[in-house]
Amino acid sequence: MEIKVNGTTYSVDVQDDMPLLWVLRDELGIRGPKYGCGIAMCGACTVHIGDTPVRSCSFPVNQVFDDITTIEGSPSLSVTEAPTTLNTVQEAWIEHQVAQCGYCQPGQIMSAVALLNNNSSPTDEDIDIAMSGNLCRCGTYPRIRAAIKTAGNRIIDQASIIKLSGVNNG
Amino acid sequence: MGKLKTFTRRSFLIGSSAILGGIAFGYYQYKKPQKNPLIGKTKLGESILTAYIKIDQSGVTIITPRAEMGQGVHTTLAALVAEELDLNWQDIKVEHGPASATYHNAAVLAEGVPFAPTDQGVLASTIRSFTKVPAKFLGMQITGGSSSIVDAFDKMRIAGATAKAVLIEAAANELIVKKSSLFTYQGHVVCHDGRKLSYSELAEKAQSIEPPQEVELKKQVDWKLLGKSLPRVDMVEKCTGKAEFSIDIHSDDMLFATVKMNPNLGAKLNSYDAAQAKAMPGVKNIVQLGNKGIAVIATNTWYAMKAANNISFDWEKASYPHSSAEIFETIENSFDENLLDSTFKEEGNIQLALNPSIADPISGEYKVPYLAHATMEPMNATVLIGDYQIEIWAGNQNPTQIVKEALELTSFDEDHIIVHTTYMGGGFGRRAEMDFIKYAINIAKHSIGRPVKVTWSREEDTTHDYYRPSAVAKFKGVATSQGIQVLDLQIACPSVLTSQMARVGIPLHGPDISIVQAAWEQPYNIENYLVRGYRVPEMLPISSWRSVGASQNGFFHESMIDELAFQGGIDPLTCRLNLISHKPSRLVIQKAAEMANWDVKRPDNIGLGIAFTLSFGVPVAEVVEVENTPNGIKILNVYAAVDVGIALDPRNIKAQVMSGIIFGLSAAVMGEITVKDGKVEQTNFHQYDALRMNQSPNIEVEVLENGEKIRGIGEPGTPPAAPALGNAIFAATGKRIRELPFNKSITFV
Repeated sequence: MEIKVNGTTYSVDVQDDMPLLWVLRDELGIRGPKYGCGIAMCGACTVHIGDTPVRSCSFPVNQVFDDITTIEGSPSLSVTEAPTTLNTVQEAWIEHQVAQCGYCQPGQIMSAVALLNNNSSPTDEDIDIAMSGNLCRCGTYPRIRAAIKTAGNRIIDQASIIKLSGVNNG
Repeated sequence: MGKLKTFTRRSFLIGSSAILGGIAFGYYQYKKPQKNPLIGKTKLGESILTAYIKIDQSGVTIITPRAEMGQGVHTTLAALVAEELDLNWQDIKVEHGPASATYHNAAVLAEGVPFAPTDQGVLASTIRSFTKVPAKFLGMQITGGSSSIVDAFDKMRIAGATAKAVLIEAAANELIVKKSSLFTYQGHVVCHDGRKLSYSELAEKAQSIEPPQEVELKKQVDWKLLGKSLPRVDMVEKCTGKAEFSIDIHSDDMLFATVKMNPNLGAKLNSYDAAQAKAMPGVKNIVQLGNKGIAVIATNTWYAMKAANNISFDWEKASYPHSSAEIFETIENSFDENLLDSTFKEEGNIQLALNPSIADPISGEYKVPYLAHATMEPMNATVLIGDYQIEIWAGNQNPTQIVKEALELTSFDEDHIIVHTTYMGGGFGRRAEMDFIKYAINIAKHSIGRPVKVTWSREEDTTHDYYRPSAVAKFKGVATSQGIQVLDLQIACPSVLTSQMARVGIPLHGPDISIVQAAWEQPYNIENYLVRGYRVPEMLPISSWRSVGASQNGFFHESMIDELAFQGGIDPLTCRLNLISHKPSRLVIQKAAEMANWDVKRPDNIGLGIAFTLSFGVPVAEVVEVENTPNGIKILNVYAAVDVGIALDPRNIKAQVMSGIIFGLSAAVMGEITVKDGKVEQTNFHQYDALRMNQSPNIEVEVLENGEKIRGIGEPGTPPAAPALGNAIFAATGKRIRELPFNKSITFV
C-alpha cells in the first residue's frame, strides 16, 4: 500500500493491521513519533492524518484516510512564506524551554498543533481537554500551557498582519 | 579573588587521534595523594585520565561526563567549561562522554554517610571526603543522587581554565607577545594590539604545551554564563523530533526484538511453546534468555511484540509473598529488634518522655506502596556484536557498569566494548539498572554482525521494574501548645542499597542510610527525638526511584509533624519555625509561606498544607493549596522554595523543582503497584497513571542561595509534595490520610 508522510509518498509492504507508528518508525525511518504505551493512553505517538490528531500506536496502517504529518513535517520556510502552525508551536516550545527529557514532546506538540488549528485562543479548559491525553512524566505541563498560549497569540498576530498587508510575508 | 586550585602530576594526553579525530584538551593526569591507605592497597594509585574538551576545525566540543535524562545536566555542565573558556554559548557543541572510570562520580557517595547534610563539621567533612576514594575505586560513572553538579562544579571549571591557559600560551608563542598582553573572548585569544586567533587555529599547538600547575577560576561576580538562565543545548532537537533516544538508533540492516520475562520476578522459565509465534510474519528467531524468559527477533518491533504475545509459558512461581496483603504483613512483622538497621537519631529520653503518667502521646501508622518508574521511553537498548568489538547504544545512568556487564557476558576486552550513551526518555533511577542492557547483549549474540534493537513493551516495562519499595512507619509523639516535645519514628523498609549493590557485585555491610533518609537528619530541634530503621527482607526487586528513601520518608516525617502540630493546637508553619534553627531551612520555609500568603484566611473548603524536607543537602519547603469541591479534591496551587547554595541556571532549577513536584504529586494521588499471584497487577498507563494536564496545578518556585555549598536539584523537589498535599487535604476536610496513594481514601477532581 501507499501512504504519504510529510509530503513524500512511500510504498509499504507490511501486514494490514500493523499500527501506523511501527510503519513510520521501523519501516520508513520516521522516528519523531514515539512508542510509549501501545494502547493510546500516553499520546507520545501522536501524528496527524489530515487535520485529525491520532494515536498512531493504535491506528492500523490500512485505515489511513489522508496524508500524514509528523513532528518532522515542519517546513523550512522561504522568506515569503507564512509559518505553519507547527512552525509556530515549535518556536513557542523553544521560547518557553518546554522540554526536559523530551520524549513525549513530539506527541505534545502535534496535539497542540491540532488544538490551535481549530482554536487559536484556547481557554485553560480547552487546553485541558485537548492535552490531557498526552502524558509527560517530567511534568512539563505548566510550560506546555504557557507555550500554547504564546503560539495562539502569534497565530492571531500573523493572521492580522496577512490580512492588513495582503501578503504572506509576515 | 578567585579560587586557586592545585593538582599534582598533570600532563596532557598527546595525540589528536585519541578522540574522534579532534584534538584532546583539558586532559590531565591526576594522582590521589598517598595518604589514604585504600589507594596504596590497590592499583588505583595509578593515574586516572580526565577529558572534557576537544577542539577541532569546527570549534569546541564539551564532553559531559553525566547523562541527560531531562534534568538539563548537559547544559549546565557545558556552561561550567564554557564560562572559564570564554566560549560563545551559541557556538558550543556537547557530547556525552564514553564509558570511562575517568568520569567517575566522586560526589555520589558523599551523602551516604551518617552525617546530616547540615553538619559541616570536621569529622563529617573528613568522612565525606573519604567517599571520593571508593567512588574513584569503583570508577562508577553514575548519573544520580542529585550529585552531578556537586561533582562537576570544580572539575569542569578547572578543565575550562586549564585549556584556556594553554591556548593563551600557544597564542603568545604564535604572536611572539607576552601572555599578559592576551585575553580570551568568544572562542578567541585576542591580543591588545588587535590581532586574534581562534581556538581552532591554536588547538594543535596548544595541546603539546604542559598545562600550568595552578589555574585561577573566575570570580562569581565575573560570570557571564553561570548564574544565568541559558537556552538548553538539547531544546531545539527535542522540539523538532530530531533528538535521538536509544529507541531511535537505526541502521538499514537492523533487526528488532522484544522480550518476555517471567512476571514472577526473579523466578525461572520452566517451559514455553512458541510454535505458533515462530510462524508469524516478520519473525526471524525466538531465543531463550538464560532461564528467565525469551526474546523474539523480527523485522519490525511490532511483529516481535505480536509474536511474543502468542507464546504460551509455564513460569516458576515467585519466591516472595504472592499478594500485597502478605507483603505488607512481612513489613509489619519487621518492627523487630533483630531487624533493627539503624538508630541514627537519638535525642533525649524517649521512654521517659512517652510515659503516660507525664504525657499524653498520640500515635499512628503510615504506609506507602511499591512504585514503578514508568519512564516515558520504555526500556530498550541496541547492540551490535562484530568480529572484534561490541557496540552498545542505551540511554543509561551508569555506562561504566555496562562495560563490566559486557566483560562478563562476552569475550571482548575493555578496549573493544563501546558504549554509546544516548538521551534518555526519562530515567528517575530506572536506567541505572542493567537488566535491559544485559538482555540486549545476549540477544545480539544470536545476530552477529547485525545490530538488534530490543524494545520492551510498556507491559513488560511496568511489570518488570525495580520498584520503589513499600514501607511502613509508626510514630508516637507528644505536643502541647509549647510545641512538639517528643517524636519517636520507626520505619520498616527493604534496603534499596543492598539490593542495588548486590546486582553490581558489591556487598554492603552495615546500616542502609536510605531506609531512614530524610527522616533521621531533618534539622528539627525536638527534645526527645528518636528515628529507627528496620530492614525488611527484600521481596520485589527494588531500586532508586527519584529521591530514593526521601520519597516515602518525607511523607512519613512531615505528615507526623503536622499531626503533632494539630495535637498541640499550633499553626503548622509556626510549629516548624519554632523547631528549626538551621538558617537556610528556615528561609525556604518562610519564603514558601510568604509565596502562598499563608496568613491570609481562606474559605473553609480551601486548605493549605506545608511540608519541609531536607534531602540531598537541599532544604525544600512546599505549600499545597487544595479545594474541597463537590466532585472531590482539586489541587489548585503549589508554592515551593528551595536552596541550592549557588544557582547556576535558575530557570532550569525551577523546571526541575516543578518536575519533582508533579512527580511526587502523581505518586501521592494515584501511584500504586500491587501484587497478585506473585505478579505485578498494573500493566500499562490505564492502571498506573500520573497527573495529566487537567490535574496539574499552578506551581510557583523560588530559588534561594543561602546554603553551605552547591547542590543538585533533580530529586529534592519530590519528597515534600506528598506530605504537603496530605496536610492540605487535612486542612480542607479534617481527614488525615495515612496511606498512599490518597485516591484510595478520597476522590480527586
